[in-house]
Amino acid sequence: MAEHYDIVIVGAGPAGLAAAEAALGQGARVAWLDAQVTAGGQVWRKDVRYGWPRRVESIVAKLLDHPNATWMPQTQVIAAEQNALLLQDERQALGVTYGALILAAGARELLLPFPGWTLPGVTGAGGLQALAKQGWPLSGRRVVIAGSGPLLLAAAATAKRHGAQVLGIYEQASQAAVHGFARTLWRWPGKALQAAALRCELAGTPYRCGSIVARATGNDALQLIEVDGPNGVQRIECELLAVGYGLVPNVELAQMLGCAMKREAAHPYVAVDDSQRTSIANVYAAGELCGIGGRDCAWLEGRIAGLAATGSAIEASLLRQQRLARRFAANLREHFKLNPCIHDLADPDTLICRCEDVPLRALENFDDARSAKLATRCGMGACQGRVCGTALAELGRFPRSGQRPPLFPARLSTLGDLPSPSDTEGLF
Amino acid sequence: MGMNQVRIAIDGQALDVPAGISVAAAIAQLRLPFRRSVGGQPRTAFCGMGVCFECRVRIDGIAQQRACMVPVREGMQVLTDG
Repeated sequence: MAEHYDIVIVGAGPAGLAAAEAALGQGARVAWLDAQVTAGGQVWRKDVRYGWPRRVESIVAKLLDHPNATWMPQTQVIAAEQNALLLQDERQALGVTYGALILAAGARELLLPFPGWTLPGVTGAGGLQALAKQGWPLSGRRVVIAGSGPLLLAAAATAKRHGAQVLGIYEQASQAAVHGFARTLWRWPGKALQAAALRCELAGTPYRCGSIVARATGNDALQLIEVDGPNGVQRIECELLAVGYGLVPNVELAQMLGCAMKREAAHPYVAVDDSQRTSIANVYAAGELCGIGGRDCAWLEGRIAGLAATGSAIEASLLRQQRLARRFAANLREHFKLNPCIHDLADPDTLICRCEDVPLRALENFDDARSAKLATRCGMGACQGRVCGTALAELGRFPRSGQRPPLFPARLSTLGDLPSPSDTEGLF
Repeated sequence: MGMNQVRIAIDGQALDVPAGISVAAAIAQLRLPFRRSVGGQPRTAFCGMGVCFECRVRIDGIAQQRACMVPVREGMQVLTDG
């Protein structure tokens, strides 16, 4: 039997939290769910040692206590129908129906293949930050952070706080581009402050621009990396390498619902109007799903979506702040554009599909994801192409194929609740 | 650190770890490889946020659990194939 809510919110990062707060403030009955065990999303992930930022802790506490709010941790959407979702938590499948749905599923990292990227000890940049906050042992470990964007600084600061010896941060963007970005920061004073605080925390940690990790080597785990920079190739011994080339929106559920998409370079994002409404009347999207915009943008758009979904007025100042936050994101994207040579790091033997161990060589003769998948199993594994499909799209090979249920690997007992194609009675 | 400890077992080996850490973080106290890929290569947690499925292990009899998504619990039995 499906429980009904006025508003269901998928994702409990800044956008989801703001949406929940706004909708509850309007008297709505709200269910909010997240795949993780605690709220906060990735950017506000609770650190097992240091907790949440204080502001986040009080927001989450208020929502958890609210009599009209139902918090569903460790819960993922497996399938969707009109005004209904099939969910799966740690124990069971459950159905919910909604008056309005707010999608706030955030983003994942853009993880790109290079020789050695499957070695234990190589992680994403945000990936290392997430693992550090989960209690991953970093004390005394030699860590290199690489890839692109301000997330590298945040990851390095978290790693240091957890006792890592951060040997260096290697940014692919040129020094001119990074300096150009720094010169625009005065327009976003909050961001300038954040950058200054990070710089303080990272005093003494080398930050090198125009540098790309070209290769990682080791036997059963990472031992050595090669960094290609303005002064040639540098070899660095380390135990951990964290590489992230930015973020991509988690649009899978929105795609399955049939929401109209737009595209930023190779990656789709959800099209919304000024009130965060998607092409489906009672489905809203906020934050990274609508194009990578960062934490502040996610918070503002979550609030807008929460107000709009409850039929409430949206203050003009909120919309003004949201536009300013979007301009910051566009500015960031412009300055941290990826150097195209990153697309050519993988050699013919580099595995592209990590789930099914499919090397680049095996994909040479395909120009669409579906035929490549049928012939090579590329994208057929547990991650359902979230890593390799996104990487292949970024590399300009072929776009990801469309999304079909289940959205995540599901238990058979959960799948038993899925309707057959001929079933017109609906999910529940 | 003053954190509560819980006792879990990883491949039969008892391990005391701080309460609240993830199973992935607990395994990493012992060693890096968590599993072998279909081609036999060693693999470990990669994305840290439940997207890549590289950190899959068996937890209390249930296979294919993402170790980065599950916090440790007292008495938990973790089986890797690393």
